[in-house]
Amino acid sequence: MHTSKKLALLLFAALLSTPLAAKELLNSSYDIARELFAEINPLFIAHWQQQSGETLTINQSHGGSSRQAQAILQGLRADVVTFNQSTDIDVLHQRGNLLPANWRERLANNASPYYSTMAFLVRKGNPKQISSWQDLAKPGVGLVFPNPKTSGNARYTYLGAYGDALQRFDNDDAKARNWVKTFLANVVVFDTGGRGATTSFVDRQLGDVLITFESEVNGIIKQYPDQQFERVVPPTNVLAEFPVAWIDRNIQRNGTEKQAKAYLEFLYSSAAQQVLARHFYRVHDADVVAATAAQFPVTKLFKVEDLFSSWDAVQSTHFASGGVLDQLLAEGKR
Amino acid sequence: MSQTALNSSRRWIRPLLINLGVVLTLLLLVVPLVFIFVAAFSAGVGGLWQNLTEPDMLHAIGLTLLVAGLTVPINLIFGTLIAWCVTRFSFPGRRLLLTLIDIPFAVSPVVAGLLYLLLYGSNGPFANILDQHDIQLMFAWPGLVMVTVFVSCPFVVRELVPLMSTLGTEQEEAAVLLGASGWQVFWHITLPNIRWALLYGVILTNARAVGEFGAVSVVSGTIRGQTNTLPLHIELLQQDYNTAGAFIAAALLTLIAIATLVVKAVLQWKLARQH
Repeated sequence: MHTSKKLALLLFAALLSTPLAAKELLNSSYDIARELFAEINPLFIAHWQQQSGETLTINQSHGGSSRQAQAILQGLRADVVTFNQSTDIDVLHQRGNLLPANWRERLANNASPYYSTMAFLVRKGNPKQISSWQDLAKPGVGLVFPNPKTSGNARYTYLGAYGDALQRFDNDDAKARNWVKTFLANVVVFDTGGRGATTSFVDRQLGDVLITFESEVNGIIKQYPDQQFERVVPPTNVLAEFPVAWIDRNIQRNGTEKQAKAYLEFLYSSAAQQVLARHFYRVHDADVVAATAAQFPVTKLFKVEDLFSSWDAVQSTHFASGGVLDQLLAEGKR
Repeated sequence: MSQTALNSSRRWIRPLLINLGVVLTLLLLVVPLVFIFVAAFSAGVGGLWQNLTEPDMLHAIGLTLLVAGLTVPINLIFGTLIAWCVTRFSFPGRRLLLTLIDIPFAVSPVVAGLLYLLLYGSNGPFANILDQHDIQLMFAWPGLVMVTVFVSCPFVVRELVPLMSTLGTEQEEAAVLLGASGWQVFWHITLPNIRWALLYGVILTNARAVGEFGAVSVVSGTIRGQTNTLPLHIELLQQDYNTAGAFIAAALLTLIAIATLVVKAVLQWKLARQH
């Protein structure tokens, strides 16, 4: 019995170790993208098989994208990253030199095959009449979104609100700041992540508006049909890019240069863009855009870099300890 | 206070305390436990089967068993050696060694995970050597085994040391005087005396190894179908809005825990009879 047990263990270990013949790609991604890539990966595997005759296996790792970047810096050998925040890819260059600084220029549209923006999830019938960012700061409106300190998703919410205010007040920062203070005072609960915020809004019935990515909002509406939530996309909004990159150091080591690049280029193909649009991400492919126009309300998008200089500056002035966010939260409590 | 007053106050204090105990046990232990299984079956038998046979779930179960299957023998041998060392020999630093053994209990598992990551990750002192030989420890199953061995290593030692101290060395000394070799002494004298405690330690080690979350979550990299253990898989399923799947995985872990408790209770009963 003992030897058979040992044999089984050895067999199992062999099963676990990487097979030498078949090529593997590891895609390190953000935490809510599993279903998306579960749908895209088989398409690429078939495409690659047809093109090169090679059978590919694609493994997925999902987590908060800052945490994923940390793991790659510590030695997780991901071939490609598909993140929801470009600063997390920059970190891979700055701290580990795993890829060149100009990674954005290697693929079209700032290396962002798809993008999204923020949307509001409101309760049945939109009882608080929410239609724009401005409405969110009205008295008596309860807001739910994660803490911008810990969640990339919420950083976009904060910047979306702030950017909208800057545009409304003709770039008068003092006025915008004041408005954001009343906006933040309406927050009912700051969860640490997007999932927690959804639970607060859906299960604990807290607040009137849940703010998250447009793609997520549509997913939640589909997930809880009986609650009859409604979606509101404000007329001006922040552009949230979903940047992708191959990790040069790792693909050289893994010998997957061709496959990794082809995989990311495939995300721009019409087949992949259709899947993306079905998951409520906004895409660039003209035909897919035309075919799916009805599901994406028109909104005027601004880039974070255009209104707030750079992401680095945003990080240090707004989100660092004692930064604008902390100040506004403290002032709002008084 | 007169005797009757004391009796009458006892008359209502006793049921109050008993009821309080029962209600708390129900609320904190029984209801959540039952709820896990109710939620697991919420998807129906078909959903249960579909979730259980899903490749990532099967792999998570297999990986969890592999990690436990490697951790237990390693800690069994290591724990027995340490306990033997500490109770059969006297040397400077003996107490210190006993204290050091408890460190995995004292530190948070997350700290243990980070420690291994810093040591064996690509910024650690061994990064170059590991790199040259193309050995991947962190974010692969060897890393999962390493941290699990760390967090579960005190169990066997902690079970053996008190027992071996009370047993004393007379029988072993007699065996040596009669000409037995060290191995013979261990095999024929020590092992029969400690076997139940040893098994008990193994069961606790196994329970911990199967359920460990914190340390493995740091070194896993959560690659589905590769480095995702059952506890990590629960979290991922939950994040996927697959509540039923998450509860099915949780129910599996709970079943393992209950089985462990049953075996433990039987062993305890046998141990009590032996003494």
